[in-house]
Amino acid sequence: MKSLRLRTISMGLGRVGIELKQFFRDKESAVFNFLLPVILLVIFGSVFSGQDLGNSGITFSQYFVAGMIASGILYTSFQNLAISIPMEREDGTLKRLQGTPMPPSAFFIGKIGMVFVAYVAQVTILITVGVLFFGIDIPSTPLAIFTFVWVSILGLIAFTLLGIAYSVVPKQGRGAAALVTPVVLVLQFTSGVFFVFSDLPQWMQNFASIFPLKWMTQAMRSVFLPDSAAAMEVNGSWELGMTAVVLLIWIALGVVLANIFFRWTPRGKN
Amino acid sequence: MIWEQMSVTYAIKATQVTKKYDDFTALAGVSVEVATGECLAILGPNGAGKTTLTEILEGYRKRDSGNAEVLGVDPGRPTSAWRAKLGIVLQNASDLADLTVEETVTHFARYYPNPADPAQVIAAVGLTDKAGSRNGKLSGGQRRRLDVALGIIGNPEVLFLDEPTTGFDPEARREFWGLIERLKSEGTTILLTTHYLDEAQFLADRVAVIARGQIVAQGEPDSIGNRGEAIVTWSEGKHEMSESTDEPTAFISRLATRFDSEIPNLSVRRASLEDAYLELIAQDRGSVRGDQR
Repeated sequence: MKSLRLRTISMGLGRVGIELKQFFRDKESAVFNFLLPVILLVIFGSVFSGQDLGNSGITFSQYFVAGMIASGILYTSFQNLAISIPMEREDGTLKRLQGTPMPPSAFFIGKIGMVFVAYVAQVTILITVGVLFFGIDIPSTPLAIFTFVWVSILGLIAFTLLGIAYSVVPKQGRGAAALVTPVVLVLQFTSGVFFVFSDLPQWMQNFASIFPLKWMTQAMRSVFLPDSAAAMEVNGSWELGMTAVVLLIWIALGVVLANIFFRWTPRGKN
Repeated sequence: MIWEQMSVTYAIKATQVTKKYDDFTALAGVSVEVATGECLAILGPNGAGKTTLTEILEGYRKRDSGNAEVLGVDPGRPTSAWRAKLGIVLQNASDLADLTVEETVTHFARYYPNPADPAQVIAAVGLTDKAGSRNGKLSGGQRRRLDVALGIIGNPEVLFLDEPTTGFDPEARREFWGLIERLKSEGTTILLTTHYLDEAQFLADRVAVIARGQIVAQGEPDSIGNRGEAIVTWSEGKHEMSESTDEPTAFISRLATRFDSEIPNLSVRRASLEDAYLELIAQDRGSVRGDQR
């Protein structure tokens, strides 16, 4: 008889496979959460093709790919879960699982695993498209790769937890996107994904600094832009230490919020 | 006699269970017992409390008061080990649309410590031909059989079936009954809620009729309720007449004296579960109206 912990991990891994199958077979979710950053990269990269940022010698595409990868974290974790969990709550997926001996932790292992795999696949496509079509330089220094990995992991954990917590906001599966996408768009516009962050109004910068995306985007720029570009940042540095602190605070907050708000059944039905 | 009584073990035992939603009383003190290996059908109109009662016993909802035990465990405090012994078939599910039948059943088998063989379960519910199809492409009846497959994949000791054959054609329903009969013969305890009285008649050892949050009658399908032996129907002029009686022969000989020759459109049939059910529900409505006045 295997121990419960081993069984939980085995069930969780099984759920990763099932979640991925559902993620990629559901065409809407695959396009909306997975391909959208790639489409945006192609559009923005083409529109601003050959343009540099000021006279820095950095192409806009290079700046934009950092923001798009940070956004990819937001899409594959937060947007994906905040839309799919209300649907699963409504169509009975969650209720069915609740009625089985599957421990809830196996369910969350499945979600986190799915998010990680989807993100890795998405980043691979984003970087490939960036390199092939827009001449983006891939980071090669160990420090840049290390930053890329930890920002990705902390960002995914934070936004996975926040997506699980936010999934309580849409009361119905249908229309969930309408309550989730505006949040994603506002964060992207204010966090320096579509525009150069230092060009944004002060109040907008202050607003974005509360949330993780601004810090993730900035840290991704440290990965994809040369060190000299740090001078263009608002505080003249990449602020990686602060990024780690902000992400860890949001992870702690996410654990609390997800524990308080996550529910298996629709409201008013217990 | 005493030994016999003591040897009865109850897989499900609920005593005076109550549940309110805001001002609405869904269950006003319901007591039911299901012996191990027995099939109990719960009948009742929509909104009578059938689903509330089953979902309390399944561990989905919390009761307000009263006692409940399923396999010796309080369903208000569900554990993983306890859930491993239950099979639950919920009402109208539409989830898991993007997976195939085989993927779904094989995956759910992982949740249980002692699962049945997925291929055998798929065969038992008659979906072998559809094993590679996406669940979202199944017909209503096939989809329901998948739900049953997921309910029995863990080799449950207690199986809950909530309106399992809604939307089935008559042939599919017959096949489904055969499947449930087999599970019964293997000793599975079954709690069935249904709108179909023929289904309860066929499958259930006992039925309980629930109305307005209370059990109004409990007994064997052949004898439940205050029904007479037989129902006699005939015509008088333009009117269809009907009488429930314990002495149909005597009744008809009396009736015959009122007609010169044959009694028009005479028929005599044994009172069915449906007759008993409709009368029980009608009585309940009548008594409630009386109470309110």
